[in-house]
Amino acid sequence: MAIEDDVLVIGGGLAGATAALAAAERDAQVRLISYKQSTLRHASGLIDVLGYPSADLAASGEAARADGGERTDDGSRSTADPRSAGGPLADPFEALSDLPEGHPYERVGADAVREALLFFDSVAGDAYRGGHTDANALVPTHGGTVKPTARYPAAVAPGLASDRRDALLVGFETLPDFDAPLSAGHLEAAGVPFRTRGVTLRFPGIERDDAKVTRYAHLLDRNEAVDSGAGDAPARTALAEAVRPHLDGEGRVGFPPILGDDNHDVVRRDLEERLGVEVFEVPSGPPSLPGMRLEDLLYDAMADAGVRVTTGVPVVDYEADGGDRIDRVLVDRKGRDVPYRADQYVLATGGLVGKGVRSERDRVFEPIFDCHVAHAADRYDWFVDDAFGDHPFARFGLAVDRDLRPLDADDDREFENLRAAGAVLGGYDFAAEKSGSGVSLATGYVAGRRAGEEVSG
Amino acid sequence: MSDAQRPTDDHVPGDDEFEPVQVFPEAEEMDLRPGADNCYKCSTCDTNCPVAEVDEEFPGPKFQGPEQWRLKRQEDHDIDDSVLKCSNCMRCDHACPSEVPLSQMHNTARGEYVERQMNKFSREYVRNRILANYGTFAPLGAMFPRLANFVMGLSITRWLGEKTLGFAGDREFPEFATQTFRSWWAERGGAQVENPDKRIAYFHGCYSNYNTPEVGKALVRVFEHLGYEIMVPKQRCSGTPMYANGMLQDAKRAAEVNVPELAAAIDDGADVIASCTSCSMSLRQEYPELFDIDGVEDVSENTWEALEYLRVHEDLETELEGTSADLGEFAYHAPCHARNQGLDGQAVEVLATIDGVEAHDVGDSCSGISGTYGWKEEHYETSMKIGEEMFEHMEQVDGEAGLTECPTCAMQMEHGTGYEITHPLEVLEAALVGTE
Repeated sequence: MAIEDDVLVIGGGLAGATAALAAAERDAQVRLISYKQSTLRHASGLIDVLGYPSADLAASGEAARADGGERTDDGSRSTADPRSAGGPLADPFEALSDLPEGHPYERVGADAVREALLFFDSVAGDAYRGGHTDANALVPTHGGTVKPTARYPAAVAPGLASDRRDALLVGFETLPDFDAPLSAGHLEAAGVPFRTRGVTLRFPGIERDDAKVTRYAHLLDRNEAVDSGAGDAPARTALAEAVRPHLDGEGRVGFPPILGDDNHDVVRRDLEERLGVEVFEVPSGPPSLPGMRLEDLLYDAMADAGVRVTTGVPVVDYEADGGDRIDRVLVDRKGRDVPYRADQYVLATGGLVGKGVRSERDRVFEPIFDCHVAHAADRYDWFVDDAFGDHPFARFGLAVDRDLRPLDADDDREFENLRAAGAVLGGYDFAAEKSGSGVSLATGYVAGRRAGEEVSG
Repeated sequence: MSDAQRPTDDHVPGDDEFEPVQVFPEAEEMDLRPGADNCYKCSTCDTNCPVAEVDEEFPGPKFQGPEQWRLKRQEDHDIDDSVLKCSNCMRCDHACPSEVPLSQMHNTARGEYVERQMNKFSREYVRNRILANYGTFAPLGAMFPRLANFVMGLSITRWLGEKTLGFAGDREFPEFATQTFRSWWAERGGAQVENPDKRIAYFHGCYSNYNTPEVGKALVRVFEHLGYEIMVPKQRCSGTPMYANGMLQDAKRAAEVNVPELAAAIDDGADVIASCTSCSMSLRQEYPELFDIDGVEDVSENTWEALEYLRVHEDLETELEGTSADLGEFAYHAPCHARNQGLDGQAVEVLATIDGVEAHDVGDSCSGISGTYGWKEEHYETSMKIGEEMFEHMEQVDGEAGLTECPTCAMQMEHGTGYEITHPLEVLEAALVGTE
């Protein structure tokens, strides 16, 4: 016996969750298995589609598919900075048709990208904004840069750089990741159309230099009594009182993304009421509460859709059906391989960071199904000397057909019933393009929908 | 110690030629090194730590694991005493995207702290030793259960326990059953089904033996109903409370009894089945991580949680088709140690087939009691703060009954909500066998 479902999604990030939700819409019984918690917890919570055009098109096409690859005389590949090639992009959809063959967006097509965003909007509801326009929004980040993105959490909305109201940024001594005065200075240098200042305060109730971000969120969520400096007060009241004297006519106040977790909306509204101005969050690096809130949103949606979720254990191997179909996968439950069987499979295990694509000194590989990953034989061809250059390793991943089925070295399908989605795919550089979550959404949506259709059809 | 034996970057074919730990001569000793270099400090573990979320004093799993190990490379650094604040929920293991063996590091660090730095005459040590070795003291209580329950239930006993030994005075001691599972088993004459092809060895653990034999009886009735021959080998505590208190030598002594007994049952064609998810976690993961005992891998590979076993070896869904049990709505809490074995949601999936029963998952909050942790006076408040979210989620569910596999989660659920808590096996028993 095996544990049986119609569609089995491997990987619990944005691509996996989207695939599971899309498949469940087609009345399939879906299971999602995730080993470790997804890298969504590292994510800003922003949904980018395409912020910058793909770098040198020819080079990227070659990097994605080449097994050999020639080095230039100085040992480097193209070092074109994608940002110099034009960008940030005002309308990501206009640029989709220029993407090289093999890019995940080219594989699924622009219509699927739009459908996937609409699907996301229906899942996210009020929690996300940006669906009213095709244009990219410009979101200030903790480093004081401005990031082009397609959808953003509601808490980010009052902070947009296109808004002309002056902004006060508030940082905390015990949260060195967000240096508010520095961030404000960078934003002004970037040419935002408003005045911005930064102050650094002590967070009431936090003594420890390295308190966890969840500790801040918990204090605000529960509105716990904290030492405000003038006796005990509820955490939100104490925080608002600490910020108030620093307001100098600004119409909005930006905080690092720690304003609650489960009761995030209440925390933000409470602070807005007490301060009399709009309150927003400035997305920052890991560990990231906006990423965790997005994770919760997706997992709640999966629970509502009847998706079965299994966590904490890795898929380590598979058994084929004699031919080119996967019969079952084997899940390592602490030393014991337990079989899980489905009709259709979606591989959404992430890229090099999420460990869906792995490397050793002499090879790059996909560890579960050993699907083909194109890469140069000589590891010195995997990267270029320029740290911010166009690194081939950034595009390592699976090549797929237009149905998102992984292809082997001869461009033949690896399996009839396996599709791949998200960062496990090759042929794009999400860090340079700012396309990570958009690709996960679009490919997750298409892979899940097709898998669900094949089951019920 | 054999903590160098498991490759830390697991599940990658062909990466076992080189294990950096082997270059260090001290690798023979207890060593926090394995996997420390895999940590890239993303801090995801810290955001998952239920203790760090409510207790500002606790530096978190990243510090307790890889960072502490790096500090320890300098000879003059001791283990930080904050390691006693870790509740061993093992959520950090589940969180780490880089497969750093965090809980293994915490267990070894705590073991070293208790062995080398803790005063063996301190009140705390004595109290922890008693808590960790519950299985050694429980037989006394079980011998005179009514007297023991009466004495333990007295407020003077609880007050004394807190003042003299540091037990949390607000906790009700779990009641001893009037008859232990083992004596019930002996009285009924042992196994009533013989079957050389379907055989299991039941690892009941301390709690279902002394406190909730109804769980053990449910397991026996369900498995016999499905045609299994049941063996109940001699056994001691699985070791979970001992790891959590840094009593690794006690845990090893218990393991040295359990492993040969269970390995012998495996040789007789049985699979090992546990009804407590911390017990199965211990036999599967912690034993091979911490102990070098003959047969330890064999036991790890052949141990299952009861429901998990039936799902894989039987057509449980067909078996349950058309059954009913008049039990109503349950608020189900998945124990942290169940989550780490891929068992979260399993009970909800299986029980969905039974008419008259509905189990609602209350989400991924931690109960906060973590075995012996919430029993300590100094951790009681932390434990209840962690549990608050679970209590709230339980109260949002219709009905006033709870469901979980873990006996101490069950205690906390009951303590925080007043609900009666059932084990999924009891629901299965009601549906398949009917209650007597």
